Amino acid sequence: MYGLGIVKGMAVTLRHFTETYLDDLRWAFRGGRYHNEEALKVRQHLGKNRGAVTINYPEEKLPMPERFRFIPFLVTDDPPPGQNWGHDWCTSCGICAKVCPPQCIWIKRGTKPNGRPKPEPEEFYIDIDICMNCGFCAEFCPFDAIKMDHDYELADYDRTYSHIHDKARLSKPISYWREIVPAKAAAEEAARELAEQSKGKRRSKDDEPEPQLADDVQRQLFYKGVLY
Amino acid sequence: MSDEALSEEAMQNEVVEVRVHTDPVEEAVERLTERFPEVVEDPRPDFGGYMVPANQIRDVAAYVRDELGFDYLSSVTGLDLIDEGKMEVVYHTYSIDKGGSALVLKVHVDREEPTVPSLTPMWPGADFQEREIWDLYGINFEGHPDQRRILLWDGFEGHPMRKDWHEPFYEEEHKPFGSRWPGGEVFRAEERNPYGKNVQYPAGWQPESLEFNPDTEVYAGMTVTREATPGLKTEKVTVNMGPQHPSTHGVFRMVVTLDGETVLKLEPVMGYLHRNHEQIGERNTFIQNIPFTDRLDYLSSMGNNHGYVLAVEQLLGSKVPERAEWIRILMVELNRISNHAWALGFLLNDMGAFQTPALYMITERELIVDFFEATAGSRMMCNYMRFGGVAYDLPTEFRGQPTMEFLDELIYEQIPRFIEEMDVYLTNNEIVRARGIGVGTLSAEEAIAYSTAGPVLRASGVPYDVRRAEPYSYYDELDFDIAVFYNGDVYDRYLVRIEEMRQSVRILKQILPHLRSTMGAPIVEGKPQYAIRVPRGGDAYGRVENPKGELGFYITAKTRSSNPERYHVRAPSFINLTALGKMCRGHKVADIVTILGSIDIVLGEVDR
Repeated sequence: MYGLGIVKGMAVTLRHFTETYLDDLRWAFRGGRYHNEEALKVRQHLGKNRGAVTINYPEEKLPMPERFRFIPFLVTDDPPPGQNWGHDWCTSCGICAKVCPPQCIWIKRGTKPNGRPKPEPEEFYIDIDICMNCGFCAEFCPFDAIKMDHDYELADYDRTYSHIHDKARLSKPISYWREIVPAKAAAEEAARELAEQSKGKRRSKDDEPEPQLADDVQRQLFYKGVLY
Repeated sequence: MSDEALSEEAMQNEVVEVRVHTDPVEEAVERLTERFPEVVEDPRPDFGGYMVPANQIRDVAAYVRDELGFDYLSSVTGLDLIDEGKMEVVYHTYSIDKGGSALVLKVHVDREEPTVPSLTPMWPGADFQEREIWDLYGINFEGHPDQRRILLWDGFEGHPMRKDWHEPFYEEEHKPFGSRWPGGEVFRAEERNPYGKNVQYPAGWQPESLEFNPDTEVYAGMTVTREATPGLKTEKVTVNMGPQHPSTHGVFRMVVTLDGETVLKLEPVMGYLHRNHEQIGERNTFIQNIPFTDRLDYLSSMGNNHGYVLAVEQLLGSKVPERAEWIRILMVELNRISNHAWALGFLLNDMGAFQTPALYMITERELIVDFFEATAGSRMMCNYMRFGGVAYDLPTEFRGQPTMEFLDELIYEQIPRFIEEMDVYLTNNEIVRARGIGVGTLSAEEAIAYSTAGPVLRASGVPYDVRRAEPYSYYDELDFDIAVFYNGDVYDRYLVRIEEMRQSVRILKQILPHLRSTMGAPIVEGKPQYAIRVPRGGDAYGRVENPKGELGFYITAKTRSSNPERYHVRAPSFINLTALGKMCRGHKVADIVTILGSIDIVLGEVDR
């Protein structure tokens, strides 16, 4: 019969339409359907959700997974009291600049007063116009000094020079990193400590054999914040 | 839906299974070299394939196709061997019946005025690929019916993939660029490459002086002599659909010659999104290419990653740990479901069911891409696979739920429920049937001749799936069927995609126990490295069954090099478009939109 398909399709739409409002009613006594963290979780978990699956951005925002990556930032120590600048973790080794696919990182290595290179960048720029958010810089940095940010709201009135982030704009203290990705930051910290400990220790033949993974694999996994 | 019901459903749909055969290439090569003594193995060490003299390529191709059964010309690749002063064209031919690896034919010609006989007359699927080679390498294909530029604009000077061609503001041959470190001077990318000045024009060229005759330049080959209605004076009209047209799924243009509302001829025009992906790939180091492959078919970036890493792993000789393989299959199959959900939603959009079905379909896709985000860091630009493994293990939890529990729920409940829901509401919908059945038909022979791949090929009754024909990863251990339908129309392409989603769910159910049992095992071979050099040179071709069709990466490299010497993408969307003109002929204008939607193209991959 002609027209049945249309009726069926309309019925689906009507069902979704009414369910959305019924669901709103269901949530009315539990703090409402929108602007409510619990409801947001349910809305994003489609299996248990009946009504709308959308969120009201920007009033509501999706919780970001830890591995979410956006424009990188540089990690510094927490600034000592009375100062607004902590020690850079970056040693200007240049691995990030070498591995960067669109080549958007510029590093100028600092020099000591005696002319020797100083393991700290004098200047560090990222052209975020061409950064492709691949995360290689953070993945391959051996010092955990460059990390991918979670701050994705970078809209700007100036599309020229504000898009070149310099060292001042890029640097963020380690406490910020701990705040946005607590589990991974803790895993990295543990891995660093582990590496620090194993540095001085010599392995003897009497050492217990490693339980499951090869030593280097496990360290690498810890190191990358994978095992946590 | 339970397992039994699924397999019952599969039986109803006459799913054909193709067995894996032993490699048929060796036998074919024996006969080929006997018949043509001039055909010799590639003398260069670590290079595969067989050298064919340029003047014999047509005879050899005809013999290979008709006598040896290698009837599927998958990929045509151009190469510039500047050190040897040669140009090379590489043909990858496959046997649809026997499966297995490729019979690779190579033709060397002089670098000055290179000319190769065209294979388009016998394999229409070579049409766009040869035009692309002419465009990017300047290799002249003798006998090509319509040799014009395809990706670049008509007034472009030079052939940019040649090794001695340099763009304006050329910086360096290979990355990493020296200017970045140490003591680099910062400049904005746009400053370095100012808009409007980053084009090379022929000497003495004035835009005003360009005598541009659309009849000869753009619509060449579009003149149709046909007396449609004897006695009644009618006029043919040439209509331009696109590039800005909502039905084209991007920036894509079709020049259509119409008789009333009937399509007499259709010519795709593309290249609006062209960025010379392949040359970028040749400047990049091997690892830098992985995020660039995400940008090809941006709806299935996991599959793109997989194809690329498979090709490079052949050069590196890596061995992928077991868990990494299972994770790869998990990701790729989830990606297939999300891609097909998107494709079907927008196919309905093209049929006139505006937005609503598409939005219902992408709600489930949303869960999948959110899972990608939690695992790989990005919803679409996943950049997840690495040589010899994957970048990260699965997260321990996803939205407050243990990951494996979430996957169970996703794979056993949500996705099957969503597929069956779509099936119930749409498959027998009279509009879908009226707009789909008999529209845009492509017979099995045509589908093979036009080198179509993926759902387009399988909807025409050709049970060819790379996962079965030449299994990679652990696909030979998995139990699944190839979805095949026989009418080759829009409706069958729709059905193939639904069936493929079911088969993907079947695969996913099988790999969940493996993911559980390998928990905590290594996910990458050795230590991740950023400066990778291939231990041996040579060429490698990695191909995967992407949701859009066969995606292949042809890579050649010099020994101990960190960059590919040649990096070619066999893009399924691009090659499937070759058959678009054929499919649309004789149908109405409104059907063009549906047919294009049923091919499921992504312009990032078409234009590269």
